[in-house]
Amino acid sequence: MKAWNIWERVLLALLVLLLIVFGLTQPGFMSVDTLADSTFNFSEKGLLALAIALLIVCGEIDLSIAATLALCSLAMGYAMKAGAGPWAIVAAALLTGGVAGAVNGVLVTRYKLPSIVVTIGTLSLYRGLALVALGDQSISGYPEVFSVLGNSYVGEVIGVRWLVVPIEFVTLCGFALVVGLVLHRTVVGRRIYAIGANPVAARFSGIEADRYRFGLFVFAGLMAAVAAIFLTGRIGSTRPNIAMGWELDAITMVILGGVAIEGGRGSIVGTVLSVLLLGLFTFGMGMANVTGIVMSMVIGMLLIVSMVLPRLLKSGRAPA
Amino acid sequence: MKQLLTIRREWLLLVIIAVIALGVGTRAPVFLTWRNGMDIANDSAILAILVMGQMLVLLTRGIDLSVASNLALTGMACALIGKAFPGMNIVVLIAIALAIGALLGSINGWLITGFNLPPIVVTLGTMSAYRGAIFVASKGAWISDQDIHEGIKGLPRAEWLGLPALVWFALLVLVLATVFLKYRRAGREIYALGGNPHAATYVGIAVPARLRLVYTLSGMLAGLAGLLWVGRYSIAYTELASGYELTVIAACVIGGVSIGGGVGTVLGATFGVLFIGVINAALPVIQVSPFWQQAISGAVILISVTVNARSERRAGRQILERQGVTG
Repeated sequence: MKAWNIWERVLLALLVLLLIVFGLTQPGFMSVDTLADSTFNFSEKGLLALAIALLIVCGEIDLSIAATLALCSLAMGYAMKAGAGPWAIVAAALLTGGVAGAVNGVLVTRYKLPSIVVTIGTLSLYRGLALVALGDQSISGYPEVFSVLGNSYVGEVIGVRWLVVPIEFVTLCGFALVVGLVLHRTVVGRRIYAIGANPVAARFSGIEADRYRFGLFVFAGLMAAVAAIFLTGRIGSTRPNIAMGWELDAITMVILGGVAIEGGRGSIVGTVLSVLLLGLFTFGMGMANVTGIVMSMVIGMLLIVSMVLPRLLKSGRAPA
Repeated sequence: MKQLLTIRREWLLLVIIAVIALGVGTRAPVFLTWRNGMDIANDSAILAILVMGQMLVLLTRGIDLSVASNLALTGMACALIGKAFPGMNIVVLIAIALAIGALLGSINGWLITGFNLPPIVVTLGTMSAYRGAIFVASKGAWISDQDIHEGIKGLPRAEWLGLPALVWFALLVLVLATVFLKYRRAGREIYALGGNPHAATYVGIAVPARLRLVYTLSGMLAGLAGLLWVGRYSIAYTELASGYELTVIAACVIGGVSIGGGVGTVLGATFGVLFIGVINAALPVIQVSPFWQQAISGAVILISVTVNARSERRAGRQILERQGVTG
């Protein structure tokens, strides 16, 4: 339950190694501008990963999170078409995300269904609704402010030219800090671990397990909405296949970050390091002209190796 | 009593399918013709083959997310082999497809049992790994109609005794799966270990061996499906059948196979496949956008699991049982 354990150190070492290797082999990689630009590729996925990390620690999972993102983006599109201003568009996204998460939460807590089945169902349902609504069309023409939100740097906005940190990345860091503090420094966080480690014991200890589960599903929906706002702003349009398959990318980030799929173990520090590691790895390989699909192959193998290695090293015993 | 309940549930699903078919048939009589029925069966055949493999895995409380990638990789491998050796016999190609698929599946089984890893994570990893391997094997190129082996192309178009070859393949797999699960010792053991892994170990069931078996079989069937898929659509490329694993799992869940393990029948899963097939075929006929298909499957999954949970209340399970279960 510590936020800083062996696995986090391994990830940090890998991250440093990766920076050194790409820094030496890819000219231009180690410049501030390049590194800042690279964060565009993983900031939204990182937001999803934070929510997934909490859910998995709690013993649940949300496969519908990317489909929820698509639905939120759709809501933004409809709100815009209805003539809403930027704030109302944001509210539409958050409301849709919250409701989508609450539907998952109700099905899991009220009807005692396994979250993997529920969210496979809502994955099809949410993505299907986005497909039905849009068909092969797309919605574009969002207000300028969304493009700024998705594409600009903090320095540009507040007038400090050297501060080349994308707004998206700052948002990710902010959320990571809050989620990390809640999980590792508050009673709420301890209870999430307790529920994930042993749901029955947690319930007998007087923890309102279902209330926490429900809350985390709603949180996942809201994070999907935040990611939708940035992604929609960044690419400037809503398509029904937006963020397709991202749920698996986000889960890979979380698992590689050392969160145990059985629940009860893992940290936000590990998750964030893994988001950075995978994000920079993908970006660096992209600079080296490696195709996306080959990178996902490497990441898939990395995921398996990262689980096999600790078990081999500890001669079959589970990692701490 | 439980037996009775599951039987009733399967027939209920069949009734629903029949009502949908009749309802669509009254609006468009062409829907109820033999020809259209054969089209639906043909379209559902590959899904049925995959669903049988996935069901075996789900029965053991596992999940195989890599089936679609396995299908595409095996399909690509067969397409490449067929392109290199145009004179090769189709029977040899089928054997190769089964072997490659089984090998890819056994890697899953070996990782899961050898290192005591959660199936969902292992197959998530191999899903990406196999998908990438297609790109590496094909160098990103498409293998299109003129380069596909004649035998592979001919197979899904063949008709034996008035039924399309694809339907025969699916029927063969269904029969074998029924015999295996009902009358073979290994099949019964799969139900037992899915129902209660601890008890299964105590009564002397070789749990790791059975798990390796189900993942190998799931892979083998995915390999066969890959060959048939490439033949049916006459094309092989990297993104082939991408995301199809969710349709396969959806068909299982609709058909009453429990993700929690130990519950599910060949008949139920077949009806699950049929349901998806009928919906897919019905939407264009009644002039509803085919985009509805995914949303409907999603809604049906949610409804069927909710109904199941009501009839059989039990405490919520974790995503996966904690470690030590498979050991």
